[in-house]
Amino acid sequence: MRGFGVLLRRELALAWGQGGGPLLALAFYACVVTLLPLAAGRAPERLALIAPGIAWLALALAALLSLERLFERDFEDGALDLLALGPLPLELTAFVKCLAQWLATGAPLALAAPIAALALGAPSRILPLLVLCGLAGGLAFAFLGGLGAALALGSRRGGLLVAVIVLPLFVPPVIFGAGALDALAAGLPWTGGLWLLLAYAAAAVALCPLVMAAACRNALD
Amino acid sequence: MIRIVRIKTLALTRGERRLFSDLDLEISSGQAVALTGRNGAGKTSLLRAVAGLLRPRAGDISFLGADGPLEAEAARAEGLHLVGHQDGLKAARTAWEELTFQTLWTGGSTASARAAAERLDLTRLLDLEVRRLSAGQRRRLALARLVASPRPLWLLDEPMAPLDTGHREGFGTIMAEHLAGGGLILAAVHDPLPVPARSVEIGGDARAEIAA
Repeated sequence: MRGFGVLLRRELALAWGQGGGPLLALAFYACVVTLLPLAAGRAPERLALIAPGIAWLALALAALLSLERLFERDFEDGALDLLALGPLPLELTAFVKCLAQWLATGAPLALAAPIAALALGAPSRILPLLVLCGLAGGLAFAFLGGLGAALALGSRRGGLLVAVIVLPLFVPPVIFGAGALDALAAGLPWTGGLWLLLAYAAAAVALCPLVMAAACRNALD
Repeated sequence: MIRIVRIKTLALTRGERRLFSDLDLEISSGQAVALTGRNGAGKTSLLRAVAGLLRPRAGDISFLGADGPLEAEAARAEGLHLVGHQDGLKAARTAWEELTFQTLWTGGSTASARAAAERLDLTRLLDLEVRRLSAGQRRRLALARLVASPRPLWLLDEPMAPLDTGHREGFGTIMAEHLAGGGLILAAVHDPLPVPARSVEIGGDARAEIAA
């Protein structure tokens, strides 16, 4: 499993080094959250009502940002050949790439989400749940995003295609997470949504690498 | 450890186009084979098929060790290097970062990476970003992992094209040492290899393309 650490270090270095990684995602997130009150009106009670949902939706959108980089660059410059001939099965290689994507962008975004939600006037009791949903949802977004990125390999205008493939798959986790947050904010039972979100994330982590590996093999062939 | 690569009645296609069919080729330990042929004949595709990246249309590629047939996937994962014209180097990373990643990923160590850099005359360039390297320097950086993590089968696609005369000689010595140590080399070339090699022409039969 030595290859695991070697690859993870490389992927993290690439995510941080190229395109700013977490900083870019955080800046994008900040922009969306700042634009929202301008678009939706700035009545505090209305903002407070939609704040959890918006903080959560912005997370999903920010997760789309650097997906194109995930496989496409390695495919174009030939590094994917080297990755396919390495010590790890391609499934595990895809897993590591998505894990690094999550560590570099998903996790920092999840930690930043409470700040944005607070700024919009969300009740502070939902913040721990928002972080938890952000972490679990971010994991699902990273792996589903990787799936879209792998399927779009080699196509022109890949970035747009990735978004079109991936956004429908983002629907369930967005519903589950927003449902849990809304329920908690309204004082209703909220654990159901969280469990569904965790289950969806677990399924994405387990199944997406299989598809990504098949898509990469297909693109290389 | 790969001792023999055996290619039997291999046929490759790219899309609808048939590149070649009924190719038989055997390479044993200590031998080099130079693949020649016009552009687009399928030399690169053959290398990628041996590496397991392309699925053959027909035929069979097998690897034999000292004790008989090897499991193809394991033999490829541990036994071969593929250096193509796309070198897989990331422009924004330093030469040293890329060399150590490629070396560790293919089973070498940091010490062997440093030794390989010295061998390929890269030591002064290691701190530079890959984007600052010339074509020949990039190629030497890509070739360095051949030395840094020893594997028996080298699949080389035009390995010498961007190298200057001095470094061609240097790499010729490295290839000769690899063969003397029991290695195998399968190289797509237009210029002759600097080591004794059997020459095999790919897609010499022009009908192959028309028949598609």
